[in-house]
Amino acid sequence: MLDFPRWKVWLVSLVVILGIFFSIPSLIAGTELAGRWPAWLPHYKINLGLDLAGGSHLLLEADAQDAQKQRLQSMEDSVTTELRRDPHIDIGDISTAGGRLSFMVRDPTQIDAGVERMRRLTQPVALTGNRDWDVQVVDSTRIVMTPTPSGSAQSLKDAMGVARDVVRRRIDPGGTKEITVITEGGNRILVQVPGVEDPDALKKLIGQTARLEFKLVDLSANPQDIQQGRAPPGSQVLPMADGTGFMAVKRRVMVSGDQLTDAKQSFDQDGRPDIDITFNTAGARRFGRVTQENVNKPFAIILDDKILSAPNINEPILGGRAQITGNFTVQSAHDLAVSLASGKLPVKLNVIEERTVGPDLGKDSIHKGVIASAIGTLLVILFMLVTYGRFGVYATVALIVNAFLILGIMALFNATLTLPGIAGFILTIGAAVDANVLINERIREEIRRGRRLIDAVETGYHEAFRAIFDANVTHVISAGIMAYFGSGPVRGFAVVLMIGVVTSVFTAVYFTRMLVALWIHRTRPRVLHI
Amino acid sequence: MKLLKLVPDHTNLDFMRWRNLALILSLIATAASIAFTFYRGLNLGVDFVGGQLIRVTFAQPIDVEQLRSRVDGMHLGEASIQEFGGPKTFQIRLPKPAGGEAATNAASTQVKQLIITDYPGARIDAVETVSGKVSEELAEDSAKAIVFAMVGIALYIWFRFEWQFGVGALLTLAHDVAMTLGFFAFTRLQVDLNVVAAFLTIVGYSLNDTVVIYDRIRENLRKYRKMAILPLLNLSLNETLARTVVTSLTVLIALGVLMAIGPEVIFGLAIAIFLGVLIGTYSSIYISAPVLVWLGIQPDSFLKTEDKDAPEAQPA
Repeated sequence: MLDFPRWKVWLVSLVVILGIFFSIPSLIAGTELAGRWPAWLPHYKINLGLDLAGGSHLLLEADAQDAQKQRLQSMEDSVTTELRRDPHIDIGDISTAGGRLSFMVRDPTQIDAGVERMRRLTQPVALTGNRDWDVQVVDSTRIVMTPTPSGSAQSLKDAMGVARDVVRRRIDPGGTKEITVITEGGNRILVQVPGVEDPDALKKLIGQTARLEFKLVDLSANPQDIQQGRAPPGSQVLPMADGTGFMAVKRRVMVSGDQLTDAKQSFDQDGRPDIDITFNTAGARRFGRVTQENVNKPFAIILDDKILSAPNINEPILGGRAQITGNFTVQSAHDLAVSLASGKLPVKLNVIEERTVGPDLGKDSIHKGVIASAIGTLLVILFMLVTYGRFGVYATVALIVNAFLILGIMALFNATLTLPGIAGFILTIGAAVDANVLINERIREEIRRGRRLIDAVETGYHEAFRAIFDANVTHVISAGIMAYFGSGPVRGFAVVLMIGVVTSVFTAVYFTRMLVALWIHRTRPRVLHI
Repeated sequence: MKLLKLVPDHTNLDFMRWRNLALILSLIATAASIAFTFYRGLNLGVDFVGGQLIRVTFAQPIDVEQLRSRVDGMHLGEASIQEFGGPKTFQIRLPKPAGGEAATNAASTQVKQLIITDYPGARIDAVETVSGKVSEELAEDSAKAIVFAMVGIALYIWFRFEWQFGVGALLTLAHDVAMTLGFFAFTRLQVDLNVVAAFLTIVGYSLNDTVVIYDRIRENLRKYRKMAILPLLNLSLNETLARTVVTSLTVLIALGVLMAIGPEVIFGLAIAIFLGVLIGTYSSIYISAPVLVWLGIQPDSFLKTEDKDAPEAQPA
């Protein structure tokens, strides 16, 4: 067992060298040495968690009610658009109350045709055999469309995918930052942005649905009715964004934000901030036609069901460009422009968890963590040296190699080091020597029992290994469960523990045995000082 | 060079003589810990009850009472303000408001505004907002994780040893976790996600000693078939005592340094593991081993399986 063929020695040395090699870029990161690392060498590096690098972690959850509402609204738009086509079907009393879309077909003879055309608007849901909406006739004049559970689930899934992309575009319009935006558990999005100064701005950017609509103002509505929230048929009452009251607008959407190609913050002729928007071809044509037909009438610019402003159409707007005016500051106009350009969120997102760490605190933590690790390691080394002499030296070498291997493997897998991860590192240092303690104490014991030196060393390594193995399996079980259930920083801790368990068995058992074997081979000692 | 031997050769302490006394003490301490945990309750952080936490480092020492009355003046619910690691660093904690998610965000923004305007030069170190929903999930996940880890490890020990050892491991773990919980309830130290990570670590590491001792008991059970169980346990404990002491010391040294000069944010994690290792060392001797006596482990417990697997096994 103490016979180490040359190729094994080379193999172990190679692993050790690779570990040191891969850990270097992470160790010199941020210092001037980083620039000297040759560009042609691999640059695997350990990521710093947000608690060390500083930054914001936001967990967003889809607002299920809002998702339902938006789905009903978009179905309402599709229905009105569809039935306006030839052959035209006249409908009225359209409503989205009670979580379903219902409307009256004015000519009862058209009801079957209407149902047929509604069915064509629905989609099969993959793998379920169901369609995403149920279409029913009630009282032989009304068509009622109810979202099916599988349809709602599918649409939420689709919406989350779109929402993820929209969130990413809003936070990082240039696509240059190292941000993480991932969907989690079906209705959540995890956002991690390193080095954010102001998380509130970030939340504002994400918090806005940014559903932009242009609708004609309903001038026929009675002001008293509007105050009571009652609108004439085909119209609806919406609040003003600045809180100054309410206004009745036509339900029918002239043009929506979906038809924008660009939005930029700008200034109007009086120098007030506004937003310049550009429509796509279809949007431009439609906007031109509607403004042409409604010269000298006001239209409302509506954002997330609130009226930003209701300017008068002085002349047809034909170029596909328009300005959105409202009570903006430069910042709010800029934010809205970014939100509009990135598209509307298909579902409203609520922030259900936020963790922000300032960059200074992170630096402070790294500093203190590194010093504590260094001092802790030194004390442990000292203790091992006075306790086990030569075998303590071997344990120390193993310890240092272990530290490099942990860092090297973390870098190789691009793992994230968190603040608890540093604690995991220190703990691993403390626990890794346990294997050597077990081995060395067993060797002492076997020598006391009168075994010869080589025999004692062999028995020591052999007998100690069982307990080392079992103890490490228990660590892997707890670390594995931690990695599965834990979030962010805690998972970082678990990752370090798991890597540490594997590397420490290699260094403390295999690597030290090689050192001992080489020593015995070289000097053929007759007494063992342990 | 004379090497350090913390435990002299041929130590022969009669550990098992005190096993009943130790059991009574352990039972009292465990009962007291559980009572404390329930009666006094744990100081759960925002991770588990929801709410907001704002950590600020001020440019100069401040009047805490003034800050308190300023924060209270905003009527955001019962705020608590505590020093955190230094005289200029404070932790402001707000309960979760009734108004849902939007209100929670507004509250932290308001407090941040107050600090920025009233205390020039102050640095906002960290803001944590956890909604009721997320905190419930985190609490549930944490409890599940600790239970799964305990059961998982006990099952592994059962699989590797005998059922008596598995039960012993489970009881040892329950004892260690209960005692550490009691400590947190007693000191009112805040329990956050990091502390739960520490508990899971304790579950893994406090069993380290137990596994080593069990391994030696198994070895001696095979070796000395005629020996009575109590002397055999004593022998095993004494044989592994040097290792127990040295290992516990190295881990405690490393963690002690982390506690003393490491980052404040992980103080709770460090002290929990420190304590867990200490308790785990005790319980590996006075819970894990005596449990085997009560569960009636016999020198031939390993014989049957041994005979089946390796008919030629010879006693040493």
